[in-house]
Amino acid sequence: MSIEQSVRAPSSASSGDPPAPPALAVRGLTYRFGGHTAVDAVDLDLAAGEILGLLGPNGAGKTTAIRAVVTLLRPAAGSVRVFGMDAVRYPIRARRLIGYVPQMLSADSGLTGRENVALFAGLFDVPRRQRRARVNEALAAMGLTDVADRLARTYSGGMVRRLELAQALVNAPRLLILDEPTVGLDPIARDSVWAHVHRLRAEQAIAVLLTTHYMEEADALCDRVALMHTGRVRVTGVPDELKAAIGARTSLEDVFRHHTGDALEGGGGGDFRDVQQIRRVASRAG
Amino acid sequence: MMSSRSAVSPAGPVERADPPSPLSSAGIIFDGDRDGPFGAARLLFRRFATLSLVELQKLRHDRVELYTRAVQPALWLLVFGVTFSRIHAIPTGSVPYLDYLAPGILAQSALFISIFYGIQIIWDRDAGVLAKLMVTPTPRTALVAGKAFAAGVRALIQVAVVLLLAALLGVGLTANPLKLVGAAVAVLLGAAFFSCLSIVIAGLVLSRDRLMGIGQAIMMPMFFASNALYPVSIMPSWVRVVSYLNPLSYLVDALRGLLIGTHGHLVLDFAVLTGSAVLTIIVASALLGRLAR
Repeated sequence: MSIEQSVRAPSSASSGDPPAPPALAVRGLTYRFGGHTAVDAVDLDLAAGEILGLLGPNGAGKTTAIRAVVTLLRPAAGSVRVFGMDAVRYPIRARRLIGYVPQMLSADSGLTGRENVALFAGLFDVPRRQRRARVNEALAAMGLTDVADRLARTYSGGMVRRLELAQALVNAPRLLILDEPTVGLDPIARDSVWAHVHRLRAEQAIAVLLTTHYMEEADALCDRVALMHTGRVRVTGVPDELKAAIGARTSLEDVFRHHTGDALEGGGGGDFRDVQQIRRVASRAG
Repeated sequence: MMSSRSAVSPAGPVERADPPSPLSSAGIIFDGDRDGPFGAARLLFRRFATLSLVELQKLRHDRVELYTRAVQPALWLLVFGVTFSRIHAIPTGSVPYLDYLAPGILAQSALFISIFYGIQIIWDRDAGVLAKLMVTPTPRTALVAGKAFAAGVRALIQVAVVLLLAALLGVGLTANPLKLVGAAVAVLLGAAFFSCLSIVIAGLVLSRDRLMGIGQAIMMPMFFASNALYPVSIMPSWVRVVSYLNPLSYLVDALRGLLIGTHGHLVLDFAVLTGSAVLTIIVASALLGRLAR
């Protein structure tokens, strides 16, 4: 499709061409639930072909930030631009560029895998003549061809997650947004999801924004990470550089501790234990 | 807590007609985008068609539910209808009571199957499906209208079963295909109204249990304060007022006029049914953002 061809050039190209707009530019994004500021003046930048991980414990505001970026929530303040498109003013237009997989495993259980993907092909105006081929491609890319005609309610968690990726990809989105894509999956399914995400990035220069609280996973697999805590992005950078900046043989968890410092080491250390606990629950669920 | 939330952020993102894309200069063409006065209507219709088709697919995978659901209205006709026509207590003029009752039971089955339809939306919300649909370039009215269509089709299938039973019981039904089509349209509109009313309640109470409670609470009064079982003329005056405000009465009136040939007020009936369906679709769409939060 022409969409894919036209996007190949990464926005960071240092030639004399006019710079392409970044995949995502978030400025001062703020969202409040009543008096509680869940997302507080968050800035995020993402280039085409880049994987940015939004990290933090539960309650840090990651999911709320993501939901504002995908136009589900209208921010109280700030701007969201998707490839230069103002997503707050023109949500329908911006959505055409976005593939979104929410935190919950959420395929329509009353439809087959193929019907689930075909629905999204229809909702994104994939041309009728290409639809069947594109649906098959998306299913094949996620390794679901053999089970495509089974009802989604018979799928395992890992299969539903891959089905959701197929749904999100059938539109050939330029920006893929994944909210906790691997939570609740067993290690094999988790590796498979990551392998698929990396292949998409390599083959289509797709930009990926994802949230996770698996620090090691983010360390190994994201190009850059943004550490979020109590609604704010505390620090953004390349994992190795962030670690090197605070000392040798450090982990992203140390980086997190370093930048959120007092909150964790003082009385308010609950947040991080929270994460550990969720991780345990998640692995049990998987 | 709900109210303080909505005070800060009163509505979801406002969907307006999109401007020419800044991306089109970068060679990105959006298939299906036709900006201009008809763009929004076109998009709405396309999405409605897509979503309706999917609802039919879902129905195909789950047919048992439809048949079991037809049991209740069938019993109303068989037990209540047959018994009451023996009593001759209800003044229905020259029309036998069973004939008079049959359209009322058809309308009732449309009401009963649709009034809990909001539960589907809450399921979709809880399963994360709703959020995913709302992040596609789909107007919210199309999402709601698709659900309304699904409720309408379910009601129609049930109505067909009851209609067949009524014919077997000797109810004098019309054989005029145009009138049958008209009756089908009336059922679709009625079911659309009841299901969207249910979605409106879902959008307000945000929980399955409370929706069930409210649905139960309004279902029977709507049924009894209508002309489904007996003529409006024998009601106390205050019930009569409720009956006139009750869209179910207009559905019954339309079905009676079309199927049995009693004196109906078809223009008024269809105007009320269409108006109330459109109104609830709009209100339900406006409340969808609350469900996605």
